Amino acid sequence: MNSSAPDNITNILDVESIRADFPILQQEVHGCRLAFLDNAASSQRPRAVIDAVSHYYEHDHANVHRGVHSLSHRATDAYEGAREKVRTFINAKSASEIVFTGGTTESINLVAASLGLNMGPGDEILISHMEHHSNIVPWKLLCERSGATLHVAPINHRGELILDEMLAMLGPSTKIVALTHASNALGTVNPVSEVIEAAHALDIPVLIDGAQAVPHSTIDVQKLGCEFYAFSGHKMCGPTGIGVLYGREDMLERLPPWQGGGEMILSVSFEETVYNKLPYKFEAGTPHIAGAIGLGAAIDYLNGIGMESIAAYESHLSAYAGQQLAAIDGLRIIGEADNKVSVHSFVIDGIHPHDLGTVLDHKGVAIRTGHHCAMPVMDFFGVAGTARASMAFYNNAEDIDQLIDALAVAKEMFA
Amino acid sequence: MSTQEQDLQDIYRHRVLEHSRDPHNFHRPADANREALGFNPLCGDKLNVYLKIEDDHVTDIGFDGTGCAISVASASMMTDTIAGQSLDDAKKMIHEIQDMLAEGGSLENPRLKDLAALEGVRNYPSRIKCATLAWSTLDAALNQTASEVTTE
Repeated sequence: MNSSAPDNITNILDVESIRADFPILQQEVHGCRLAFLDNAASSQRPRAVIDAVSHYYEHDHANVHRGVHSLSHRATDAYEGAREKVRTFINAKSASEIVFTGGTTESINLVAASLGLNMGPGDEILISHMEHHSNIVPWKLLCERSGATLHVAPINHRGELILDEMLAMLGPSTKIVALTHASNALGTVNPVSEVIEAAHALDIPVLIDGAQAVPHSTIDVQKLGCEFYAFSGHKMCGPTGIGVLYGREDMLERLPPWQGGGEMILSVSFEETVYNKLPYKFEAGTPHIAGAIGLGAAIDYLNGIGMESIAAYESHLSAYAGQQLAAIDGLRIIGEADNKVSVHSFVIDGIHPHDLGTVLDHKGVAIRTGHHCAMPVMDFFGVAGTARASMAFYNNAEDIDQLIDALAVAKEMFA
Repeated sequence: MSTQEQDLQDIYRHRVLEHSRDPHNFHRPADANREALGFNPLCGDKLNVYLKIEDDHVTDIGFDGTGCAISVASASMMTDTIAGQSLDDAKKMIHEIQDMLAEGGSLENPRLKDLAALEGVRNYPSRIKCATLAWSTLDAALNQTASEVTTE
């Protein structure tokens, strides 16, 4: 064991009883207790979410918004109930601003495709150097289709956005700003409010990629004021394949639909199609009903603990992890912003991240290794990839100690 | 020794660690006349393989780039094995290694006996591509079908 873990964090959350809610954590990997520290890639699900999805399939499944029978009513109520839970969770004004998608990636692609229909040569899209590929490639594709140009705001060697340079890149040709709230590769939390305010002064809409922020903090989209906010269910204890695009009502009203099909129409003839009202205009086809219900259950679960408690607990645990990692000789932290979510990217002299990942796996520690779908960030720091330990509220000091002990084993092995 | 330690020593065998710490032929031969870049998009690793080919034989071979212990050790052992071989024999050995790693085949060619150190990698599906990267890059350099290959 390493130096003693902070005692005070157990006063914030009863982490041991929380851990008991997660069946997947009660297992051994390679004969060791599982220390799951790959939450930025995907979190785990509490029993309540698994049960909600099972209950739906066992009792209530039918297609939504279609049948007149009881099951269809129940499925529709549960699906729309989940939408209302999402609305409350991020404090959107109206449930019609909550579009269910397949995830953050699909949410961003929706905006790029829909907003992009009115874009052409001379128009500019502004992103940052620390974006996930899912907030780069949809805009690159849009540039290829439309002739618009992609501009990239720089970051510094601490892994922070250079805010004044980003704001100086805003101009009359900027048609949208797309910025991550928290970086998956670095953990950096961006000053999104400042960017939104500056963009709005020039009437530029802003999309925030909230995939890494929503699981760790209280999000208030009205307070942020952004036009779009995208996030995924599976990183916040919900199912995979479900995500959300929050779109401010006036923006969504103006945007043309993205995909065509059932559900998104009011009437169809071969001459004319009348689109459905919000949010259904953007939900073509049978949606991921079980996913939405599972996401609703995840939100109930998170609310039961309290996002403020989660943020406070994670901040303490993350500080402990940061101290322990920094004490390792030859370890370099990639991403040293003052304001970070509980993501620790690092490299160790002479050990490739993939080898670290394999050795750690043998000690029961699950981390992510590689480029984290953020190759421009890796290029900026001059590394092919990093090892990344990312925490959730169900992690405890024992997980961190297990990580640190496993890193010592790896160092010895490759020394 | 615990099971996990045995498992670890099975993938990171002594020979593998030796080659990864001190890779052989880690350079570009001055008079190389063929080369190819191998890329593993999963981890971002890139290996260049350089060949000097004369009279249907690989008279010199080297590599450089970045990679994990498995990919560097595999490349290092590969250069030792392939140096001096005819193009036909080199291609047969590539096939035999790929068959061993991907299909669980055994190594028959005595020249490949060192490469048996990579057998442990077969139990790690996500790492097999690390071991095959150098060999598929060598294959590309020999065939010059593409200047860049990926493991995907």
